[in-house]
Amino acid sequence: MDGTSENLIEIIDLKYSRGSRVIFEDLNLTIKRGEITALMGPSGTGKTTLLRLITRQLVPQQGAIYINGVDIATLTQQELYQLRQQFGMLFQNGALLTDLNVFENVAFPLREHTKLTNRLIRHVVLTKLHAVGLRGAADMMPAELSGGMARRVALARAMVMDPEILIYDEPFVGLDPISMGVIVRLVRRMNDALGITSIVVSHDVAEVSTVADRSYLISDGKVAASGSPDELKTANSEVVRQFMHGMADGPVAFHFEAPNYAEQLLGRDSE
Amino acid sequence: MQQTRSVEIGTGLFVLLGMSALFFLTTQTTGGEKFSAVETYEVEAHFENIGSLKSRAPVAMSGVTIGRVTSVSFDPLTLDAKVMLVIDSQYDQIPDDSDASILTSGLLGSQYIGLQAGGSETYLEDGSEIYFTQSAIVLENLIGKFLVNAGSGGD
Amino acid sequence: MRALIRDTYDTVHEFVRTFGAFQLFFLRLLRHSPRIVMRRPGLVVTQIYNSGALSLVIIMVCGFFVGGVLGLQGYSNLARFNAEDSVGAVVALALLKELGPVITALLFAGRAGTALSSEIGLMKATDQLSAMEMMAVNPVRRILVPRFLGGVVAMPFLVAIFTCIGLFGAHIVSVDLLGVDVGAFWQQMQASVDINDVREGVIKSFVFGVVVSLLAVWEGYNAIPTAEGVGRATTRTVVISAIAVLILDFMITAVML
Repeated sequence: MDGTSENLIEIIDLKYSRGSRVIFEDLNLTIKRGEITALMGPSGTGKTTLLRLITRQLVPQQGAIYINGVDIATLTQQELYQLRQQFGMLFQNGALLTDLNVFENVAFPLREHTKLTNRLIRHVVLTKLHAVGLRGAADMMPAELSGGMARRVALARAMVMDPEILIYDEPFVGLDPISMGVIVRLVRRMNDALGITSIVVSHDVAEVSTVADRSYLISDGKVAASGSPDELKTANSEVVRQFMHGMADGPVAFHFEAPNYAEQLLGRDSE
Repeated sequence: MQQTRSVEIGTGLFVLLGMSALFFLTTQTTGGEKFSAVETYEVEAHFENIGSLKSRAPVAMSGVTIGRVTSVSFDPLTLDAKVMLVIDSQYDQIPDDSDASILTSGLLGSQYIGLQAGGSETYLEDGSEIYFTQSAIVLENLIGKFLVNAGSGGD
Repeated sequence: MRALIRDTYDTVHEFVRTFGAFQLFFLRLLRHSPRIVMRRPGLVVTQIYNSGALSLVIIMVCGFFVGGVLGLQGYSNLARFNAEDSVGAVVALALLKELGPVITALLFAGRAGTALSSEIGLMKATDQLSAMEMMAVNPVRRILVPRFLGGVVAMPFLVAIFTCIGLFGAHIVSVDLLGVDVGAFWQQMQASVDINDVREGVIKSFVFGVVVSLLAVWEGYNAIPTAEGVGRATTRTVVISAIAVLILDFMITAVML
């Protein structure tokens, strides 16, 4: 596999369990360079776990993950840290460092990994903050920011090292329509303007569909469906249909496992 | 992480405070070590009764501390108490027939060794022994003597 | 019966395993320490401030009153033997060898130890540690080592300050309030205390500093990342620190006697 193939990330036959719970089994997935790929699925399918597997914070039991043609299982600690500098990650709740102000939070990777002068750092940080529209908030502390603003700062931080891959972990959760619109716009713009690859993990079908080039629906530890958002909307599979159209009952059952209803009610009454 | 001036100053002050506290403790609470840095020579003395004399008790001459007791032990050969003491080397002209007594500082204070100068032309040096010693005054013996005297004199 | 044996075995097994992990954690922190001190001393300085300078108030206030009560108790009990003059010596020995290191360690665990555990636990719960890992910054080096070293450096100084203020408090109580002769106070002390007593106190304060800081950082790092989990980790820091300090105190005293 050469390093300039159109598949930036390839996941092959991935198996991962935590304890006795099997989370992924025979998972196969490719992320194409320059695209926005969405990973969707019902709650609890382990989407965040998958991100951790990609960044090798977790190690799979079986299967391989190739990034730029290199099997990440073969990397040394040093190389792994180099690799992680190629990723920018936006966490669900921003995960800003609470004892630093906005400017310092965005500057953090630069201070840790580069020896840039303060002037250059200032330049880069302010540029990134401007890109997300928060240059004026540089002196505020994370506690003073609204959810949407915190997430935008986190995005600026994720971008500050000009990474090749941007990963968004549930970026739309808990935002009002305006903030959500802002984030959606930023995801698309960043990807196209900077020529990077984006992975969006989300279960917000509506928003994701407006932004993704390609979507994977992960259910029961496997890929249940893949394709462009339109293809998924018109898919035949029951699993896909329930998810994409938000139906209350289907393969993912409405009722949690419980004993027989009549028996339970009557049994108690007769006591 | 930004290093604010106040944090640096605060830490500096804290460390200074801590170090001066440590310095204070080592110098002001301890006493015995004044002689460890100084050159000393060792001398031996035997007493019938050492009373409550302890090691590190001062050795004084004319009221001035010139040394200290380093060890107190029972001598199985002479069947009395063997006291080892060190004297500051600058006092090297103490006659070797000097008198060593166990005295009490104040009325109920701790005990120390007082040296009374003799008249000899030879001096104490490292390894010498002080032959003229006076044991500690034990209260019971004193009272006993008093009663005997009172009894025999007051008829 | 079989269940009881099984449970006991499991508990012991778990305890030994955790203890082993704890030791390895300690070694890991030690391994990263030299480089952090050389390359990012600012981080350590900030933590010395947080653990040391910010604990000064509680240490000094408690030190003063512990010294004061020692002066009171010492005087009243020694007076039965007509030995009030020795109160200086008694207080100094008690503070230097035992109460200084132990009480300071317990107060430190309560104030600085809990602050460390909750801070680190919260960072874990809000994904800050994960975020750092993702940004290729090792959170052990960046967050844990400076906090550990800060505590280790701060403790001996706090003990020294506690002991000094304690002596001062005892002095005020016994000399100024109860009429012990000021000369006798210091004389008796200097005659009875020697450098080995001070050394014992310093060694204890250093050991306690290491243990309490290590426990605080460990509990925070291993906290369950929920609000309840962080709270529990903080409580555990104090409880286990207290037990460890007192057991170690006994062991060190026995060895040094």
